[in-house]
Amino acid sequence: MSIYTDIFLTFAKIGSFTLGGGYAMVQMMEKEVVEKKQWLSHEEFMDTLVVAQSTPGLFAIDMASHIGLKLKGVRGGIVGALATALPSIVAILLIAMFFQTFKDNVYVEKVFMGVRPCVVALILAPCFGMAKKAKLTKFNWWIPIVAAVLITAFGVSPIWCILIAGVGGFVWGRLKN
Amino acid sequence: MIFLELFYVFSKIGIFNFGGGYAMLSLIQDEVVNKHGWMTVNEFTDIVAVSQSTPGPIGINCATYTGYTAVIHAGYPTWAAVLGAVLASLSVIWLPFILMISISRYLIKHHDSKTVTSIFGTLRPTIIGLIAAAALMLMSKENFGDPKQESFVFVVSVVLFMFAFVGTRLFKVHPIIMILLCGLAGLVIY
Repeated sequence: MSIYTDIFLTFAKIGSFTLGGGYAMVQMMEKEVVEKKQWLSHEEFMDTLVVAQSTPGLFAIDMASHIGLKLKGVRGGIVGALATALPSIVAILLIAMFFQTFKDNVYVEKVFMGVRPCVVALILAPCFGMAKKAKLTKFNWWIPIVAAVLITAFGVSPIWCILIAGVGGFVWGRLKN
Repeated sequence: MIFLELFYVFSKIGIFNFGGGYAMLSLIQDEVVNKHGWMTVNEFTDIVAVSQSTPGPIGINCATYTGYTAVIHAGYPTWAAVLGAVLASLSVIWLPFILMISISRYLIKHHDSKTVTSIFGTLRPTIIGLIAAAALMLMSKENFGDPKQESFVFVVSVVLFMFAFVGTRLFKVHPIIMILLCGLAGLVIY
């Protein structure tokens, strides 16, 4: 199998099974790309998350383009981005054509009532594993907590958290040297 | 020309979208419902509901659905609407893609520089907070049921949540299997 086919199939699979948007995809992407394919180390994966979160555009597509680029340059990036988007385009087109029957189906609703709490758990689960990989120490353990509180309790945009953390890290690095 | 307008509007939505799909919804609503009148508020709400329960990034889902609906409403046949849907979806992607590729290239090249290392040293812990915040904000009545009015749904949801959390965290169950299991549980229980 050529590397392009491999990139395409991997991201199409990730795109097909992501319910509830980009973050729910992190867990699965890490499993596929880091653990199974070993295209990136855990640390590189986290850095990709950071870049994807701080640039405009859809989180999942950003992740896919960065990983594709890393593997096979711009063409790899294009394949990754399109493969992630393709399953949702096809699914939504089918739904748009047959929307009424889909919406009112009792069984579909029952399935989703079970799936929704699962999606929330899938988003939360990787946070705990990441603590080790992000090199959390007694000096910086408060950063994720402050960020989460600022966003949920005070409605601060995640963009501001990223910007402040980036500038803080930059200044801290300068002072230390 | 509906196709040019779709391209322009969704390119704009793509480049001004920071912070993922949910942040994008208000922007899409403003453009698609208020400014262009491509669909009613009710239709838009339906799209959000569909996007949340179908695979893929919410931004793409919205763009696909809006592209299709807007072209149909403008009086074109189905094949043109399919084109409109694909066009709107790709419009969301292309500008951020170019930006992302440029930044990625720089980072891959300068990965070991001191400045990059110290910036990522604080960004990595922050990202964990961001993801936790996304999960916390999704623990809502819409996703778990109202504890008072639908206590049965709420209890089942909490159990499924813990089952999924422990399953993926401790027993390393694949997320796809977990989603399928919880979907099946919903079908059987409700």
